Amino acid sequence: MSGLIFNLFIFVLASFVGFELISKVPPTLHTPLMSGANAISGITIIGALVVAGEAGGLLGQLIGFFAIVFATINVVGGFMVTDRMLEMFKKKEKNDE
Amino acid sequence: MSNFLPASVQSVLPSLIQLVYLVATGIFIFGIKRLGSPSTARSGNQLAALGMLVGIIVTLFDQQIVTFETIITGVIVGSAIGAVSAKKVQMTAMPEMVAIFNGFGGGASALVAWGEFARQAPTAMSNQVLVTIGLSILIGSITFTGSFIAFGKLRGFISGNPVTFPGQNIFNALLTLVTFGLVGWLAYDPTNQVIFWVLFGIALLLGVLTVMPIGGADMPVVISLLNSYSGLAAAMAGFVINNNLLIISGALVGAAGLILTNIMCKAMNRTLGNVLFGAFGGADSSGGGPAADTDKTVHETTPDDAALQCAYANRVIIVPGYGLAVAQAQHVLKEVADKLEKRGVEVKYGIHPVAGRMPGHMNVLLAEADVPYDQLYDMEEINPEFKSTDVVLVIGANDVVNPAAKTTPGSPIYGMPIMNVDEAKRTIIFKRSLSPGFAGIDNELFYAETNQMFFGDAKDSLQALSHALNELD
Repeated sequence: MSGLIFNLFIFVLASFVGFELISKVPPTLHTPLMSGANAISGITIIGALVVAGEAGGLLGQLIGFFAIVFATINVVGGFMVTDRMLEMFKKKEKNDE
Repeated sequence: MSNFLPASVQSVLPSLIQLVYLVATGIFIFGIKRLGSPSTARSGNQLAALGMLVGIIVTLFDQQIVTFETIITGVIVGSAIGAVSAKKVQMTAMPEMVAIFNGFGGGASALVAWGEFARQAPTAMSNQVLVTIGLSILIGSITFTGSFIAFGKLRGFISGNPVTFPGQNIFNALLTLVTFGLVGWLAYDPTNQVIFWVLFGIALLLGVLTVMPIGGADMPVVISLLNSYSGLAAAMAGFVINNNLLIISGALVGAAGLILTNIMCKAMNRTLGNVLFGAFGGADSSGGGPAADTDKTVHETTPDDAALQCAYANRVIIVPGYGLAVAQAQHVLKEVADKLEKRGVEVKYGIHPVAGRMPGHMNVLLAEADVPYDQLYDMEEINPEFKSTDVVLVIGANDVVNPAAKTTPGSPIYGMPIMNVDEAKRTIIFKRSLSPGFAGIDNELFYAETNQMFFGDAKDSLQALSHALNELD
């Protein structure tokens, strides 16, 4: 039981950290924040690596393959599209000509 | 990959991997923190990507991982799909993109749980592991199908109207209870494969059933919520494989999604329950529709007249709505704003929190048109300024400027925070017609003495305004 309880502690504390970190984000950045956070949720790719990398049977390999593909789309696409958006956010240049 | 390492390193490898995970967690937290300010946001995102890369590379040294063919093929296929879609997607389609990425993330978490279930002998798994597998399958599957339905609604493949049947809420509630029961049963009797499959199937169905009754206008809330779910799904997968990096990152994302969901609900003056179960925003709304009042007169403006008023104003505030994005008019708008600024007019943009189809969507669309972010103002910041503003240009927005939200207690949007454009000396509303918005409510601002209507497609109208401004010289 201690393992599960320990993990629950970590989960709850991390949630508090998340609330603290994110509640200060200005509305301008909500879309990039969401797509960036979305990319981070692709962290499940680490679980996918373990499933796909085990010497399991055909079924295990198939599940692992799709888990990897899905998670990679999430990670690669998520970070790239967020970067594309943030690249566009510029401050007004000083044009006092 | 662990067998490339010397034996002395191999013996401490599990601890080493955990320590690197701890570093990756720190990088994620710093990255998210930097995402909170426009000037550091880009580096924050890149930092988070680095954290992910570190986590992935160190996982490859895990002694459980012995074959790499599947991993390499999967990563190549996934990266190609992800990269191409990220490069090609239009900024107007960003909500769909985020929705579908969400779906893939949730799907991956469900698959990880399935993989763990398939790999181990049923009797070798403890009750706790089985419960987490069940919950991971449940949340991951709901996220997966729910996101695809949201994607379909945003794309127009599926009707944006709420799709309902009698007793739907009760049916969904019962189904949810059944899934919890099944999770418990699975933990009690893991050898029974049927339970696992029924749970999987109902979870997938539940994702469809919960998003179908939600109207298109409520999609910002749904996407935020699904974003939160995808984080929870990742955290659940972390419980299954006992990995703290997954649990922490998933919790961070879950919190982020929940905060955004809350912000969106507040901006619409709705509770989450009302959004999820209220089936709001139907085309068949009984709100009376466009009242054909003949005694109300509308003042129509011309491009020249509008140009004159803007050019000689001290301050112009632009209030854009999703209609602007649909007409792809953000670039012409920027052109108009530039011309006004050259004449010495102060130009600001006032953005309502639900302008666009996801939180902050309008800011991204204007950023794409090179509008500097320090000209964009939130509703709270800009509202006190309307009183001292000469001209407000309302483009493709309707409900967010409807004074009924403040004055008509019976109105469906009563209480929703709105932009106080009616306090300005003059409003010019760019609109195709007098038709009401998604809420089906007539907007009395159209008939106000201080208001003028500029009828037509937003892009064509703004182009005409831009030409008219040229001719003033």
